[in-house]
Amino acid sequence: MAEQVWSQLSPEEKSERRWASFLEPGLEFASPEAGSEYRARAARLKKAMLLEGEADRVPVCALAGYYPGTRKGLTPYQVTQDYALAAEAWHEANHYLQADSMLAPVFAAIPGRAFEILDVKILSWPGHGVPKESGFQYNEKEWMLAEEYDLLIDDPTDFLLHVYLPRVAGGMEGFSRLASPLDMVEIVGGPPWMMRWADPAVQASIEKLTAAGRECQAWGGAMYPLLGRLVAEGFPGPFQFMSLAPFDFIGDTLRGTRGVLMDMFRQPAVLLEACDRIVPLVVKWVTRTANPQSPPLVFMPLHKGADGFMSVEQFQKFYWPSLLKVINGLVADGFVPYLFAEGAYGTRLETIAESPVGRAVWHFDHTDMQRAKEVLGGISCIQGNVPLPLLQLGAVDEVKTYCRDLIDTVAPGGGFILDVGAVVDEAKDENMRAMVEVAKEYGAY
Amino acid sequence: MTHPLVQAMADMKEEEALKIVEELLAQGEDPKKILDLSSEAMQVVGERYQEGTYFLPELIMSGEMLRKTGEILKPLLASQTDETKKLGTVVLGTVRGDIHDIGKDIVGFMLEVNGFEVIDLGIDQPEAAFVEAVKNKTPQVLALSGFLSVAFDSMKSTIEEVEKAGLRTGELKIIIGGGQMDDTVRKYTGADAYGDDAMAAVAFAKEAVGVK
Repeated sequence: MAEQVWSQLSPEEKSERRWASFLEPGLEFASPEAGSEYRARAARLKKAMLLEGEADRVPVCALAGYYPGTRKGLTPYQVTQDYALAAEAWHEANHYLQADSMLAPVFAAIPGRAFEILDVKILSWPGHGVPKESGFQYNEKEWMLAEEYDLLIDDPTDFLLHVYLPRVAGGMEGFSRLASPLDMVEIVGGPPWMMRWADPAVQASIEKLTAAGRECQAWGGAMYPLLGRLVAEGFPGPFQFMSLAPFDFIGDTLRGTRGVLMDMFRQPAVLLEACDRIVPLVVKWVTRTANPQSPPLVFMPLHKGADGFMSVEQFQKFYWPSLLKVINGLVADGFVPYLFAEGAYGTRLETIAESPVGRAVWHFDHTDMQRAKEVLGGISCIQGNVPLPLLQLGAVDEVKTYCRDLIDTVAPGGGFILDVGAVVDEAKDENMRAMVEVAKEYGAY
Repeated sequence: MTHPLVQAMADMKEEEALKIVEELLAQGEDPKKILDLSSEAMQVVGERYQEGTYFLPELIMSGEMLRKTGEILKPLLASQTDETKKLGTVVLGTVRGDIHDIGKDIVGFMLEVNGFEVIDLGIDQPEAAFVEAVKNKTPQVLALSGFLSVAFDSMKSTIEEVEKAGLRTGELKIIIGGGQMDDTVRKYTGADAYGDDAMAAVAFAKEAVGVK
């Protein structure tokens, strides 16, 4: 019943419902003060993100990686192994910083042992492939071969489950022995299909996956209550979902940067077909598990479309069309895609100005914010771009000057959120606080 | 007039380029001459990158075409010694704790097409590896690459180790590059310069060896 009603709502109505749930999350706040702080923060974010004019002041957020751990002297290794320790560090960092949205541990404090159990090869994580002091990093390789596009396009789930996963995780090798469940729709196909599940290699993979799943439960047992606790204590937690640009979905961990960039010359039509095939998949990735109360923001880290990675023409041909379809698909379900444009997007601004008005947030790192405001003003909220080196190595005064200048340049009229440029792994506490304080003291409208 | 092989490679026509290589060999062309034509094509690619008409995809594709051509030609070359006079030597690598290689590879490619000998140490290289390479190869330029903020400290300690080993003489210039590098990081690490892109690395290396 409820679902039927939801499907009949317009995108605008869906958006209104999601934001209403975001503004009033329907839980018991830790104190009346926490409740009013939460509501003020959520309202401030909504106003900026949906371009509803100037709020009481410039909102300020901090897209954090390992910073909440490193500020306590904890290495990335420690926070990916000891979940309770990580949860405590993230809890403390939120209270220390008092930003307008939650610093969530999910960008950094991943369950290291689960990846260990599954012998995941596409990733190196602290203490496994990279030192304990380093964050997780991707291992670039052609994990999907150039001639396998047809398999992906034909049946993505079958390809991912039975070809890709066995290749990228030693613990899932057994799944290469399995077949698509088509056999099970007729009785005579059932026995040979079921027999595959008794294969010792399949059994071993199931055991590994079960163990990894249990490890993730232990991780979730520490992290999920923390998220609820932080909301109750006044910190809006914006991201529950993530999605990807189809070009990155293919380029990041399937074909790798080299592979996907060569495909642009060797098999452009197939690459474009695959990007289009991925569009509904990465939209459903979010919408299928969402409910009407799901928070509106969808985190979308963008990688291979930045300045330097390709020409404007290539961006407009290979990267943007399928990404725009994903953006519009998410907006149609009431979501606001939060596009984290790492690197610089200076030459892309005119193209991304096709974003649906007031329904996308662009988080910039090295992009010239003044020009971003000129081009995207009245179209998209912009967020960022306090440089990581400044926060890690600079002095408080320098941070304050930078933030004040940024506010002077792009805050008028609203539609701006002060934030770090890229995910913060290390920073001086006093610099992070200075950024937040400037928004609170200097950013009043 | 531009040779068809140079044109095909510079225009990203991989199949055509490889076909021309085979044809030239069948006609009895000197493999060394074909290799020189490939290098000439890489020069054109480098120029187009510098002009801003080519980007990462073309550099990757060019590297791939060069690799394939090399595979065909190398067994046929009597001696693999490269007699071309180099402008200078650059030791290049991604510092400890960081496994990003694309930025580093692009810098290496651009330095090579601009006439430098590039000693690429690879990714996640400890301080000692850089010290060793500087000692053995006596480069004019040490180029440290890194994408993550963990690289700031690795770059700093690498430069310190090079100094401690008495290798930071007036003859050695050090540049850092990668995602978050700026003047703040340059000062912190003690490098001579930072580079926003591969062109900056080329300009820096040319200055270090006194070439305009």
